[in-house]
Amino acid sequence: MSTAQTISKSAAAIDKARAEGRAALIAYLPAGYPSVEESIAAGIAAARNGADLIEIGIPYSDPVMDGQVIQAATTEALAKGFRVSQVFDVVAGITSKTDAAVLVMTYWNPVIRMGVDEFSRRLSEAGGAGLITPDLIPDEAAEWLEASDKYGLDRVFLVAPSSTTERMQRTVDASRGFVYAVSIMGVTGARSSVSSAAKDVVAAAHAAGAERVCVGLGVSNAGQVREIAAYAEGVIVGTALVKTLGDGGVDGVAALTKDLSTGLARETGLAGEEA
Amino acid sequence: MADAPSGNADNNAAEAFLQGGSLKHAPGPYFGSYGGRWMPESLIAALDELEETFDKAKDDPDFRAQIADLNKNYSGRPSLLTEAKRFSEHAGGVRIFLKREDLNHTGSHKINNVLGQALLAKRMGKTRVIAETGAGQHGVASATAAALMGLECVVYMGAEDCRRQALNVARMELLGATVIPVTSGSQTLKDAINDALRDWVANVHNTHYLLGTAAGAHPFPAMVRYFHEVIGEEARAQILDQAGRLPDAVCACIGGGSNAIGIFHGFLDDPSVKIYGFEAGGDGVDTGRHAATITLGKPGVLHGARSYLMQDDDGQTIESHSISAGLDYPGVGPEHSYLSDIGRVSYEPITDAEAMEAFRLLCRTEGIIPAIESSHALAGAIKVGQRLADEASAAGETAEDKIVIVNLSGRGDKDVATAAEWFDLLDKNSAESEIGKEGEQL
Repeated sequence: MSTAQTISKSAAAIDKARAEGRAALIAYLPAGYPSVEESIAAGIAAARNGADLIEIGIPYSDPVMDGQVIQAATTEALAKGFRVSQVFDVVAGITSKTDAAVLVMTYWNPVIRMGVDEFSRRLSEAGGAGLITPDLIPDEAAEWLEASDKYGLDRVFLVAPSSTTERMQRTVDASRGFVYAVSIMGVTGARSSVSSAAKDVVAAAHAAGAERVCVGLGVSNAGQVREIAAYAEGVIVGTALVKTLGDGGVDGVAALTKDLSTGLARETGLAGEEA
Repeated sequence: MADAPSGNADNNAAEAFLQGGSLKHAPGPYFGSYGGRWMPESLIAALDELEETFDKAKDDPDFRAQIADLNKNYSGRPSLLTEAKRFSEHAGGVRIFLKREDLNHTGSHKINNVLGQALLAKRMGKTRVIAETGAGQHGVASATAAALMGLECVVYMGAEDCRRQALNVARMELLGATVIPVTSGSQTLKDAINDALRDWVANVHNTHYLLGTAAGAHPFPAMVRYFHEVIGEEARAQILDQAGRLPDAVCACIGGGSNAIGIFHGFLDDPSVKIYGFEAGGDGVDTGRHAATITLGKPGVLHGARSYLMQDDDGQTIESHSISAGLDYPGVGPEHSYLSDIGRVSYEPITDAEAMEAFRLLCRTEGIIPAIESSHALAGAIKVGQRLADEASAAGETAEDKIVIVNLSGRGDKDVATAAEWFDLLDKNSAESEIGKEGEQL
């Protein structure tokens, strides 16, 4: 884990949760779905109902790590005319109204197209915490390592059940804020149970020196959150929230986030009561 | 950290080539600033395993013997080099030779790559292969190799392509493969690749992704090229045998670019040989409906590699258009981007109309029905032939002194419905007419 002078917004949010005796909750929502305004409202609702960090996804034409629910939402956003620069409006819209750390999840080509430095500068100006990069590995990230240092942004790389010890070390070393542990070999989407691989990936990341490891992919209910909160610093929920946003709107997101947050406590009685 | 790609690397390589260095056998992961591995971490271990297996196999006499045996006794290699004398009259009178990949088993160059990768899958202990396909050529080739080697095979194909290429779906199923219609995104070849990648992430423990072109993450571009290098090696030896000298030009069509990189490779280090790649110009490069990736695209990352890419100002992939499903892809293999930047290969667009005219010409002058993909190379060769004829005339030589090799990458049986519709040969009420109409919308 990088210990540069940069103050990590993501780390601060996770540490605050830890001080409260619980894991952090990270809520994923796509920018521009079902509209730019509603994605801001949904992010604010999540932050006010128990999410410590908000992960805003940029809709992209070729989302190879996403399952059908998120694909459908981001395809709809693009069809409605979403433009990449609007992600900064979404980030600013949430950071101006809440204390949540707001990260952007993006496939890499839109960042390259805007320019890694310009993208980073604008994200920083919008109050963003950093980037989660599902198809960028540290091996190819020279420009991003430089820009994230320059603008004080977190760089959240992914580790997977298939990561070798060597790659785990390299990825943990390159990350800042937290490390994203992929719980299962697969794409995003709700699953009935949490893979047993998740615990092993988190343990491997901790062994490589990661202080904060958050688990994503397939987590959709408070029971699963509780299971993961026992061994990871944070829990990431995406598909379930996106589906709820489509079905039940912003109120649905608020209710589900509140419910998910009841699973965060490591010690009785502390979870979910904050908001 | 991998070596940082840079523009200087391009210049150095171009300089080295001009001073007698070699462009052959480029190992990847980078070709100048192109290539690499822009992939989810979940797949990196599988790519490492594939790279290691491939590197060992290349140096293993047993593996090379297996490939040579399959090429000779299964695919029917070496493929012929046929002089197209009557066709040549329409190309300024230069001598045109066709590298007959259309005569291979399954009807195209694709078999070279699938046999090699299926052998590697077996070496890795994988029991299942997955593949993407546009019109079905690579899907059919993959299903063929899987049947031959006793592997389970799943092919991802855009839902619309499944409908308009129903016979190719049936061929794959006859060969024992499962065809999964892709309904995500634009439901085209690029989305079939996306779904194949999603399958691979989930099933990588027992599954090899049999990618059909010289694109994607390392080691695919260098590996797919390796299995197609036989095209260029044969063509070079055959032209020296038949004409007593090297050609003046080599032409191939480019979608992802696997047939092209295969034949180009044989001539990359022959500075006297001009090399041309012909992209799908669709309705015309000024219409927005084309697949001329190098001509009009900008560098970006898609499907694991940095390369030229058809994309909008936001970095979203733009849908490509071509009458030829095999060229209808908004990306291109990274080695082609590099060869373009250093000026070793010239890439030019050919419109649907130009390709179809060349298609008809080859049918009528040589008795060979070419794939519409390959017809782009034929149309390009007509232009190159006319330029060479002009040069010859200016130098006081004759056009017959000039030699052009065209990679005839596939046969046109699969394209008969599309061509019949294009040339208005069908009874309006026939079932074929309906199929052809859909084909024309490619």
